[in-house]
Amino acid sequence: MSLSEPRQGAATRETLPQLSIDSWSHRHVLDLDDFSREETDLVFEIAEGMVEILDRDVKKVPTLRGKTIATMFFEPSTRTRASFELAAKYLGADTISLDSARSSVAKGESLIDSLRTLQALEVDTIIMRHPCSGAPYIAARHLDTSIINAGDGCHAHPSQGLLDIFTMKQQLGDLKGRKAVIVGDIMHSRVARSNIWGTRHYGIKLVLCAPPTLMPRGLPEMLDRCALSHVSIEHSLDAALEGADIIMPLRLQKERQQSGLISSLREYIRGYQVNLRRLAGAKPDVLVMHPGPMNEGVEISHEVAYGTRSVIEQQVTNGVAIRMALLYLIAGGKSR
Amino acid sequence: MKESKLLIKNARIIDPANGIDESGDILIADGKILRTGTDIAAAGATVIDASGLTACPGFIDLHCHLRQPGYEEKETIASGAAAAARGGYTTVCCMPNTSPPLDNAAIIGHVKDIAAREAPLITILPVGCISKGRAGRELADLAELADAGCIGFSDDGSPVSSSSLMTLSMQNAAVLDLPLIDHCEDLQLSQGGHINDGWVAVRLGLKGIPAAAEEAMVARDIALCELTGARLHITHISTGGSMELVRNAKSRGLKVTCDATPHHLTLTHERVMKAQGGPGAALAYDTNARVNPPLRSSADVDALIRGINDGTIDAIATDHAPHTMEDKLCEFENAAPGISGFETAFGTLMDLVHTGRIDLNALIACLTSGPARALKNAGGTLRPGARADIALLDTGREWTVDVNDFLSRGRNTPFDGCKLKGMVVATINCGRFAYRHNSLRIS
Repeated sequence: MSLSEPRQGAATRETLPQLSIDSWSHRHVLDLDDFSREETDLVFEIAEGMVEILDRDVKKVPTLRGKTIATMFFEPSTRTRASFELAAKYLGADTISLDSARSSVAKGESLIDSLRTLQALEVDTIIMRHPCSGAPYIAARHLDTSIINAGDGCHAHPSQGLLDIFTMKQQLGDLKGRKAVIVGDIMHSRVARSNIWGTRHYGIKLVLCAPPTLMPRGLPEMLDRCALSHVSIEHSLDAALEGADIIMPLRLQKERQQSGLISSLREYIRGYQVNLRRLAGAKPDVLVMHPGPMNEGVEISHEVAYGTRSVIEQQVTNGVAIRMALLYLIAGGKSR
Repeated sequence: MKESKLLIKNARIIDPANGIDESGDILIADGKILRTGTDIAAAGATVIDASGLTACPGFIDLHCHLRQPGYEEKETIASGAAAAARGGYTTVCCMPNTSPPLDNAAIIGHVKDIAAREAPLITILPVGCISKGRAGRELADLAELADAGCIGFSDDGSPVSSSSLMTLSMQNAAVLDLPLIDHCEDLQLSQGGHINDGWVAVRLGLKGIPAAAEEAMVARDIALCELTGARLHITHISTGGSMELVRNAKSRGLKVTCDATPHHLTLTHERVMKAQGGPGAALAYDTNARVNPPLRSSADVDALIRGINDGTIDAIATDHAPHTMEDKLCEFENAAPGISGFETAFGTLMDLVHTGRIDLNALIACLTSGPARALKNAGGTLRPGARADIALLDTGREWTVDVNDFLSRGRNTPFDGCKLKGMVVATINCGRFAYRHNSLRIS
């Protein structure tokens, strides 16, 4: 049976080959630190099926029909939110989106109260983004509804980490021994943090590269305490790029210059922009990724962002597939 | 409940001010200690059978927040005093960050009136502001505050950033012979931080407060203390580097004293995560472990304990900081910093004694004679003729912390549910019971 021919009662499960989703134990997706290799592989396997759905003319399947999924964003976002909402809609779920600026949060309602209201409205899954690190953890502790973290402060962005690694695997196959470089504002990056955890199962050598003022001081000890020996720290981008298979610059927020963490954009570009000249040191077929949104001409040059080695658009498409897989597992895979 | 004569029989008497640690009795009459010794008999006295118990001077807390006036939903002078008495405290110094703040004689008078009326069972000593409105711009009238009964000055929580204002305040306080009780924090270095600047901060994606934020200010204030000759008391010291600075200042004969809190002596920054933070850990982001200064590393805790053992730390102060549920049931970054500490202080500190890290005498010194010395207060002693402020301790009694049972309005503690060994079973203030546990045997 094909996914493009949904019937009454048909479920994606029937169409996905031999998935032992019994090994899936998560009620929430908060970060990748508690994802086993098997669980991560399971997400990727389901996402491959979802990629196939996304290639169809009619993308809608009824897997999550009757389920309600809420996106609650306490921080502006268009890309991640659109990606999650499309993922939910393609799976047939009803979606509701709440925007903190226009909701009761603006009237002084607390985080827990806002989320409890959603729970009382019988929403099945809450996808939340919040400017404070740990906010989804607090939500998960006080709510029965499943929570998917769509980014919390500087802490975690698990769906982004998953789609990044999924894209790497899709492009390079086995990732064992590959060298990936994440360069930019590591200090404030939840994308970097989730990639640190997500890559640990795949034998990747992950190099984090940043100017000293954008590298958190406690990072070496954190890597040591958490046994993340696949990660190393490098302040020179040229040194980091030597023999690299993957390069992922992070968005440089303009506030970083205002707060004095970098002396000038010019200085940042001089040391840390990913451009054609710099890529000469990497492997010839180095994969160029970016979590978006890009500041072209700052952390990445236009030629590289749209060059032949760029998979930035695939990342966006894969993002929908990964989020469909997560929603399938969280909201519909098992009845809970 | 007025006992004209009270006899404590067969206690282990620990009185660090007088170098005493021996078994015996204490006879109290008319609110004063009449004598200590063995086999004391007193006709008509109320007798406490203190066999198995330790008797020591009532605890003196150099740093607490009673929240009244202005934040009565967090604590009142009455509820705070009741919690303090249960914790063994007979004297507490309350910080001036109330609303309005304690920056003039009228408001000090108001606090003292409430204390006399609603909390007569313990002694409450107000700390006055250094600057008007705690704003760090204009000096408060320190002499007026001293006349009104303030025992020291502090802009606790909003440390004085201006070095010139701090110098002026020290010049004035030196003449009054009162200490500046200093919350040392370079606000530019700590800005935006919510947790110790270390591996846990990175793990949780929270901005760190470096040890240097405290140490830079400790160094500045020691320099100003040397410049002005003022008495400087550094409160809730939290890092090994600060410890070294104070040790050095003391060795040079400067009038510097310091205290540490029970939580900085017993918990580390890992407590914010609760679990050990490795793969698969359920991160807690426990707002009850959010304090300022933040919980530090185990190396810092070790340095503080060394500071107690070598006398660099004069006192242990609770920094009792009660908050409401709403203040804590929120995002970590938005949670109010502080721990409701009166009722768990002794029990948590006893863990350091039971594990052999500090001696019981040293602990009791830090709760009694040490803070008395820092204040130049006459208390903290069991010398005959002294006011009969006494704590009776059952050092072996096990109990479980239950915030629902707190006398404090603040139920914000990372120790809820902890099994502790060591309990205050009675607090006697001026010869009268301020607190009495039901296990106390009286005839």
